Amino acid sequence: MTVSVNGEPREITEGTTLDLLVATLTRAPSGVAAAVNETVVPRGQWPLTALGEGDRVEVLTAVQGG
Amino acid sequence: MTATTRDTAAAGNGAAAPAADPLTIAGTAFGSRLIMGTGGAPSLEILERALLASGTELTTVAMRRLDPTVQGSVLSVLDRHGIRPLPNTAGCFTAGEAVLTARLAREALGTDWVKLEVVADERTLLPDPVELLDAAETLVDDGFTVLPYTNDDPVLARKLEDVGCAAIMPLGSPIGSGLGIRNPHNFELIVERATVPVILDAGAGTASDASLAMELGCGAVMLASAVTRAREPALMAAAMRHAVEAGRLARRAGRIPRRHFAEASSPAEGRAALDPERPAF
Repeated sequence: MTVSVNGEPREITEGTTLDLLVATLTRAPSGVAAAVNETVVPRGQWPLTALGEGDRVEVLTAVQGG
Repeated sequence: MTATTRDTAAAGNGAAAPAADPLTIAGTAFGSRLIMGTGGAPSLEILERALLASGTELTTVAMRRLDPTVQGSVLSVLDRHGIRPLPNTAGCFTAGEAVLTARLAREALGTDWVKLEVVADERTLLPDPVELLDAAETLVDDGFTVLPYTNDDPVLARKLEDVGCAAIMPLGSPIGSGLGIRNPHNFELIVERATVPVILDAGAGTASDASLAMELGCGAVMLASAVTRAREPALMAAAMRHAVEAGRLARRAGRIPRRHFAEASSPAEGRAALDPERPAF
């Protein structure tokens, strides 16, 4: 099935959870946040959050700014 | 020379050091009244040297999509020097975007402090007052400590304080413009009414702008471009640090009133009777 990850389409297997998806981007133990369909998912909930077809996932971190 | 006189000499002119004068935001005290941004620096190394020279204890970061190819992290720079990160909502145009960004920042950084920015358009980057106030109220209700980037509007400043913002951050002039404080009178009006710190945000171009903000009664100065885009960022950071301290001391000292005409500082009495027509060359 296809989800959107930071605006890019991505093929994932059925039942993939958010923690596994984020792990393909970064192994950082902190400093990262994720939202699925405009709702923030706390890090502790990532392993319990199975992604569905068409989900929009945003994975953010702090960068230079302001 | 006795130990006592040596100590007196070391103090320089016998002047006492300025008393501790912390900036307090939402019950947290900071020794430095200079809040730094991190945008615009040519490299993390240059940024790090500038942050150290500035003496800052509170520094903003932006929230962006994670890029796995990027090496090094601004967070590790801040962490290395014990500088508290202040996430912003830069790039948000609506209250909804800003609230979601603040919540993501809270999750990523473990802080409920947020520098709230909701701008109206790319060209001016001026705050959208309606969206800003809406977002501020929502975030305060959600337990955030909100520091809003706002127009230099005394009425909006009061409303932001009324909904529970922990500081008011009016712009001196547009972000990155370096045009300084275009309406110092509005800053005076905002400072007069505010019971939370007023922080100059945006517009500082050089040291005198930072001093002026403090002389007008601001509790702190926030800046980025003036330092990160200066030819010598660390040197400008040091200049800003001193400028903020100088302006703060001047505010506390109380400036003399402006006068239309001169007022001699030497006594008028006791002058010698000299013939004004025949100066003795």
